[in-house]
Amino acid sequence: MKQLISLRVNGELYELYVPVHKTLLEVLREDLGLTGTKHGCELGECGACTVLVDGEPVLSCLTLPVEVQGRDIVTVEGLAENSVPHPLQVTFAELNAAQCGYCTPGMLMSAKALLDRNPNPTPEEVREALAGNLCRCTGYVKIVEAVRLAARRLQGDLGNIVEEIERALNEGVVQEPESR
Amino acid sequence: MSTNGYDDRKNRTNLGSHLKKETSVVGRPLMKVDAMAKVTGQATYADDIHLPRMAYARMLPSTQPHARIVRIDTSKAEALPGVLAVITGQDLPIKYGILPVSQDETALAVDKVRFVGEPVAAVAAVDEETAERALELIEVEYEPLKPIMSIEEALEETEVRIQEYGHGGNIHKMVSLQFGDVEEGFAEADYVREDLFFYQGNNHLAMEEHSAVAYYSPDGKLTLWSSTQTPHYVHRALAKVLELPPSRIRVIACHPGGGFGGKSDPFHHEICAAKLAMITGRPVKITLTREEVFYAHRGRHPVLMWVKTGVKKTGEITAMHFRSMLDGGAYGSYGVATTYYTGALQTVTYKIPRYKFEGLRVFTNKPPCGPKRGHGTPQPRFALEIHFDKICEDMGWDPAEWRKQQACEPFSLTANYLRITTIGLKECIDKVVEASGFKEKFRKLPYGRGVGLACSAYLSGANLPIYWNDMPHSGAMVKVDRGGGVTVYCGSTDIGQGSNSVLAYVVAEVLGVRPQDVAVVTADTDLTPVDLGSYSSRVTVMTGNAAIEAAQKVRDQLFQAAADELGTTPDNLEAAGGRIFRRDDPGVGLPFAKAAQLAEARFGTLAAVGSFTPPKTPGRYKGAGVGPSPSYSYTACVVEVEVDPETGWVRVPKVWIAHDIGRALNPILVEGQAEGSVYMGLGEALMEEQVFRRNLHKIPSMLDYKSPTFLETPDIETILVETNDPHGPFGAKEAGQGPLLPVPPALCNAIYDAVGVRIDELPVTPDKILKALERKAKGQEPRVGPERMPEVEWVEPIYVEPPSLEHDPSLVPSANP
Amino acid sequence: MLRLPPFDYYGVQSVEEAVKLLSDHGPEATVVAGGTDLFPKMKRRQMEPRVLVGLRGIRELYGIQPQEDGGYRLGPMATLTQVSLHPALRAAYPGLTYAAGVVSSPQLRNAGTIGGNLCVDTRCTYYDQSYHWRKAINFCMKKDGEICWVAPGSPRCWAVSSSDTAPVFVALGARVRLVGPEGERVIPVRELYGRDGINFLAGKRPDEIITDILLPPAEGWESVYLKLRRRGSFDFPILGVAVALRRNEDGTVADARIVLGAVESYPLEVPDAAALLVGNRLEPEVIEAAAKACFKPARPLDNTDLTLYYRKKMVPVYVARALRQLAGQPSDQARTA
Repeated sequence: MKQLISLRVNGELYELYVPVHKTLLEVLREDLGLTGTKHGCELGECGACTVLVDGEPVLSCLTLPVEVQGRDIVTVEGLAENSVPHPLQVTFAELNAAQCGYCTPGMLMSAKALLDRNPNPTPEEVREALAGNLCRCTGYVKIVEAVRLAARRLQGDLGNIVEEIERALNEGVVQEPESR
Repeated sequence: MSTNGYDDRKNRTNLGSHLKKETSVVGRPLMKVDAMAKVTGQATYADDIHLPRMAYARMLPSTQPHARIVRIDTSKAEALPGVLAVITGQDLPIKYGILPVSQDETALAVDKVRFVGEPVAAVAAVDEETAERALELIEVEYEPLKPIMSIEEALEETEVRIQEYGHGGNIHKMVSLQFGDVEEGFAEADYVREDLFFYQGNNHLAMEEHSAVAYYSPDGKLTLWSSTQTPHYVHRALAKVLELPPSRIRVIACHPGGGFGGKSDPFHHEICAAKLAMITGRPVKITLTREEVFYAHRGRHPVLMWVKTGVKKTGEITAMHFRSMLDGGAYGSYGVATTYYTGALQTVTYKIPRYKFEGLRVFTNKPPCGPKRGHGTPQPRFALEIHFDKICEDMGWDPAEWRKQQACEPFSLTANYLRITTIGLKECIDKVVEASGFKEKFRKLPYGRGVGLACSAYLSGANLPIYWNDMPHSGAMVKVDRGGGVTVYCGSTDIGQGSNSVLAYVVAEVLGVRPQDVAVVTADTDLTPVDLGSYSSRVTVMTGNAAIEAAQKVRDQLFQAAADELGTTPDNLEAAGGRIFRRDDPGVGLPFAKAAQLAEARFGTLAAVGSFTPPKTPGRYKGAGVGPSPSYSYTACVVEVEVDPETGWVRVPKVWIAHDIGRALNPILVEGQAEGSVYMGLGEALMEEQVFRRNLHKIPSMLDYKSPTFLETPDIETILVETNDPHGPFGAKEAGQGPLLPVPPALCNAIYDAVGVRIDELPVTPDKILKALERKAKGQEPRVGPERMPEVEWVEPIYVEPPSLEHDPSLVPSANP
Repeated sequence: MLRLPPFDYYGVQSVEEAVKLLSDHGPEATVVAGGTDLFPKMKRRQMEPRVLVGLRGIRELYGIQPQEDGGYRLGPMATLTQVSLHPALRAAYPGLTYAAGVVSSPQLRNAGTIGGNLCVDTRCTYYDQSYHWRKAINFCMKKDGEICWVAPGSPRCWAVSSSDTAPVFVALGARVRLVGPEGERVIPVRELYGRDGINFLAGKRPDEIITDILLPPAEGWESVYLKLRRRGSFDFPILGVAVALRRNEDGTVADARIVLGAVESYPLEVPDAAALLVGNRLEPEVIEAAAKACFKPARPLDNTDLTLYYRKKMVPVYVARALRQLAGQPSDQARTA
């Protein structure tokens, strides 16, 4: 059974004629070319395919597009504003919170949802909020640091993210996280 | 056979020339060159590739653990609309395997299946659903054979054989080596102790499921994009199995979404995708499901171990005898090397003057085991560090002090002729002991809480290649363009550890430019010089040295051209800050791009190659090829635990780890490797395990195969110790694997400190703790672990007279060539 | 990539529409709420409905509302996240909100619904596997096969009840309203469940849907839930302990229910253990006796994580810890996520 489906992804409206049993993960990757969203199990057991639906992290591998029509879907491709990355993207890059990078898009989406509702999370709150995202490379340490550093930056000056990336490339870690 | 195994102390040229220089890139916590691509979703992984007309393929898994294939009927599948091609083992009969001595795999089973999940046929179709539906239409008739599911069964059963080669019966490989007379050593000892250990097998569980896309162009060229750590070996296997000239095959390693050793073999799906692309003329993608990843496996070997050590009252080890039995699964993979590795590195941490090693690997009807982070060495290190903890307890020695006293000497040989260069083990021990408050806590915390210490060593790349040849292990090419841009080309694969960034850092350092001015092209067999791959912790040391050599050659040309312009000689020039300038008058210089233009005008196109060949191996006995390395990293680890004696639950609040990295090219990347290793080591120690029931994998999913989440992973404090190794690029050693090794034994030593029971087998599940506590309460030995080692007739050992273990000044390379 | 099999999807706007579709299509149809249990099972071909009736558009199935009698009504489409964070529910039914908050992972709690968790399929090592895996063991009686691999001589399926919230709802004495073609009825949650792993929702006809979950007034009732599992996220319970009790002014227990999860194909009530509490204060020896009384009735089998002996051993330990928590006594550092 195919159906005409309209999806709002990263602020853009897409109209698609796709089988209803194609998951949001498959539609994002295969029909919209948004391959930033990854998959590690397709069964809801790893968190790699996390996207935001109306600001809440959900698993795109267990979501039917027909059921999220008219809602705001955000993927990793929609985190940056024009050419300015989201502070979480910067801190993840800067602190080596992305090693192989495969869990990173899903991790970023869970982290963004956390910071949107809790601008200043404790390390424990970060761990709880991201507990539905597995990572096999980092031991999670740098991810917690990156989320906390992004939180601090988000509460302060947002204007110089581009400069901070430049500085991180040139000089290394721009701002020492508290725990270091 | 007796040999004085050491006859080569040469091969020390061009070492250490870059150790003391002030650096502007090396040593800084810089962002990785591909970090922004990864955090924006732009990095391309194999499954992200979508090509026009691309077909999807799936493979039919065997439902039998061990059976003859009587008949395969694919006609119904072929008739299904949308199916483009169906292949079986008959279409790809040529055998391959990662090691030349174990060419025992076929892309699809031929005549016989050897484990549940082994691919039997493959279907390409217009979409994945059609391919999957077609699989269900393939009829396979099997004639079951007796399944062999354990080390014990494999040793008992000699009639039914899983493979038709090997040592005999179901023994794949047997090894026996003796360095010095261990019996004499035990006779000299004041105390001799024996212990048995078991380390369960586990999977890498990289987040990305393996994926490959193949395309065969009308002009007869095959391109394969794959999530592989070893494009060079995949290239060789494709050429062999598909009978194509290597010059018409291009293998491109995409960003692998995690490797840990699990993507280092040539795999079924890579060859099937290529074959189906050749048949259909369309691009073909195969992405494994998570379940299939568990069948592709190549994970940690389950190893049963016995160790016997003699010590003097004064602490010295007099001799060690070590036995290992590996459960290899159904195929060879890296298993022969793994078998040697379970015996090779025992001698590199503490001084062991006499050493005997016996090891064997059996075939079983399970997915093949292979290399996982630490490759064959975490298992013996687990055994040794608990064994030594018990010896220290028996003798009343402080476990930290004893380890320091017995640490190997810098620039020395081991009993099995491994050459140690720098060794920061004592400093590592001091640092973790101090940071963790070990001395204040050990045997002093209240019941239920404890600390444990363990140490380890690991190689910075294997000195011998996987297939025998005299060529370099790593090649790099550096090109400089007129605008001052620099490109480095190298066959290495960045699996997340940051090896692309290492290339940019060392080239930038040599040429005095910024890493972001260096473009990095890697892992493409058409474009890049060969690097053997991301395994054995070899990449930083080998590609780093190769890239330095290439960059130095280009710099020589830049200096020659610039010297005339600046009215001086090349040896008075320096490259830094994007300039080339006079040492004696740093204000006088040229921008880098200007120097490049002068040099190109004078010499033509600016490019140079560099290569790295590891030092010759001192050992001269059969088996001496496994273990030697340009240098060894060292690690010390303290784990703190809280054990709930009512539930057996273990919580780890914190881990301290100190690692002798030689020199950190980028400390934040090294920390990442240490933290990831601690995490993975704890996962193996506490929960990860391959479980088989009814002759198949019981838990092939991310839900049921337990891996730690944020909530189970402790605080990790990493301390880097720098020893500036003369064989490493800017003094660097490895970091990717070594730090995993001490974590499981440190955990078990901590559990003993907490509640007084020994868990001598991994993983340490809560039921084992309760069982050990119950035994303790009943006055039985407070231990859970293997009770016996099967009886085996070991082959006569190769006898080698060991060298002196003392520091040997002649092993120190001269600082300047 | 694992994909869903084809199906027809009907997003309905009303309960009547849903019920009609269910009865028209018979066993070929099933409802989907959050999809977190159904979709993985469909991807592994454990369930193969041809028609999905999507409940997301039925407005009246949402919401959490206080009732006139002092109790609460939960719309079955309320997500587990909403239930776990609801301030009034947290105050009145802490065992329930805790249980809802420890289901699986944050993402699954955002999609998974409270009604779905009540109906979550029973689980088993030999059943929760792909089609090819199950084919290798020649399937089991719960899907496509003849035998129960957990208890091969047994005529019944032993798949284990794996809901975190069901034991708490049973302990609290909650009821559900079911609407079907023949009208509506209200039954206690305990009556939803059958006595084997296949027909585990025997109390609900296939063409009925849950429209309301009704909690009795919390007045005086205390509740607690403890969960045993390997990891603090993702994992289903391998033992759940729900206790609800009411105490008299003198501290003696007036009324108590103890319900165990993940030890049977249904939430297992242990009235004998609860009876030991009644009339007594939650003194250590009373707690000990009640905990001990739970050991025998609990019969975990080798069909989920960790050994069955260990899980059985943990039953009295977790019951005692749950009771100690209610008694305000220091609870040990249990792995009770």
